Amino acid sequence: MLSRRIIPCLDVRDGQVVKGVRFRDHVVVGSIEDLALRYRDEGADELVFYDITASPEGRSVDRAWIERIATIIDIPFCVAGGIRSVAEARAVLAAGADKISVNSPALERPALVSELAEAFGVQCVVVGIDSLRDEDGQWHVRQYSGDPDRTLALARKTLDWIIEVQALGAGEIVLNCMGSDGARNGFDIVQLQAARAVCQVPLVASGGAGTASHFADAFLQADVDATLAASIFHSGELAIHDLKRSLRSQGIEVRDDF
Amino acid sequence: MTGAPRVVLLDSGGANLGSVRAAFARLGVDAPVTSDWNTIQAATHVVLPGVGAAASAMARLRENGLDKLVARLTQPLIGICIGMQLLFESSEEGDTECLGLLPGKVTRLPSSPGIRIPHMGWNRLETMADHPLSAGLDQQWVYFVHSYAARDAASTITRCNHGEPFAAMVARGSVMGAQFHPERSAAAGARLLKNFLAL
Repeated sequence: MLSRRIIPCLDVRDGQVVKGVRFRDHVVVGSIEDLALRYRDEGADELVFYDITASPEGRSVDRAWIERIATIIDIPFCVAGGIRSVAEARAVLAAGADKISVNSPALERPALVSELAEAFGVQCVVVGIDSLRDEDGQWHVRQYSGDPDRTLALARKTLDWIIEVQALGAGEIVLNCMGSDGARNGFDIVQLQAARAVCQVPLVASGGAGTASHFADAFLQADVDATLAASIFHSGELAIHDLKRSLRSQGIEVRDDF
Repeated sequence: MTGAPRVVLLDSGGANLGSVRAAFARLGVDAPVTSDWNTIQAATHVVLPGVGAAASAMARLRENGLDKLVARLTQPLIGICIGMQLLFESSEEGDTECLGLLPGKVTRLPSSPGIRIPHMGWNRLETMADHPLSAGLDQQWVYFVHSYAARDAASTITRCNHGEPFAAMVARGSVMGAQFHPERSAAAGARLLKNFLAL
């Protein structure tokens, strides 16, 4: 049986891992290599690296550190950040990334998702979605969320976008629930359930993990395939092997033989 | 085998060539990417990696004449992911004629409630037939990312289940394959590569 995945997310800025609260006020957490190795040893199933300044600055992700990570790490990893073309994606994959994730550039030009799926197969193509509930009671997509001064609220509804990107060729969707991100009060189960209902490809929950039970809630109540978190792991509050032990005891299938 | 293994990676154009090479490097083995016939024929172990689509990978092999060469190799050959799928007669993906080194066809995994395609993540291996390639790997977690699989292959030595069983590893004579990614399967993946190098 396929296991549920635990994915630490490493926000990368200027070659270091940083973390903000509700996408703001970033502080340096440590070096990319040190954290990647630490999480690999703790039993992370996969890593995601977001170059959070790449998209707002209109540049592609720096590739030197991707090559270093690919050499030292023996679990899969995904890279996101300003990938705007098949050529840029190819360079990131050639540097050793297993998957690429697109967010703002896919909103700028949705055909990018199809082009990437055609060039590399849907299994390489992750679409990241930053989503917030607005006054109309609906979830809407945000763009350029890596830079609060440039973040745009879009008319596009999150659930519509989830359906659209699957049709375009997304092999996996990461839903960043911005309302709960960094607050550690739990994943946005209601939004994740709504997303799950329209998402046939693997769905990754992101934003709000504060305790081991929050992860269990996301798997048991929203049936997500994976959970992504940053601060709770970066701070050392919750070690991944302890989290997996807790999930296993609740009957949730996890890889726990590392 | 005596002496150091001489491993080559066939240039199938896949995006994981660098990662597979790095996995061998972690075992202390340099595995260059090549499409040169003499280098490949002189190798002790040949790897056919692959990420992407069956049709484009086959086209790349044909372009380099490697489809003809692999049929003549007698040293241990392992296909990884799409590389394993290419070993069969055909793939439903893009209706692609493949190398035909193993009997059987590759078909799309069906989705059903709770069974999402692509099959993406860590899943367990189950031994179907003892083989040195799969030694120590029974019930181990390994990393899969794929939408197509060989579901009724007689050459299956380990299988995996995602909605229904499919071949996770195959072997017939010197021709072998792994549907998962050993280069991204932590200690279990390294074990598979070591088993292969020991053949």
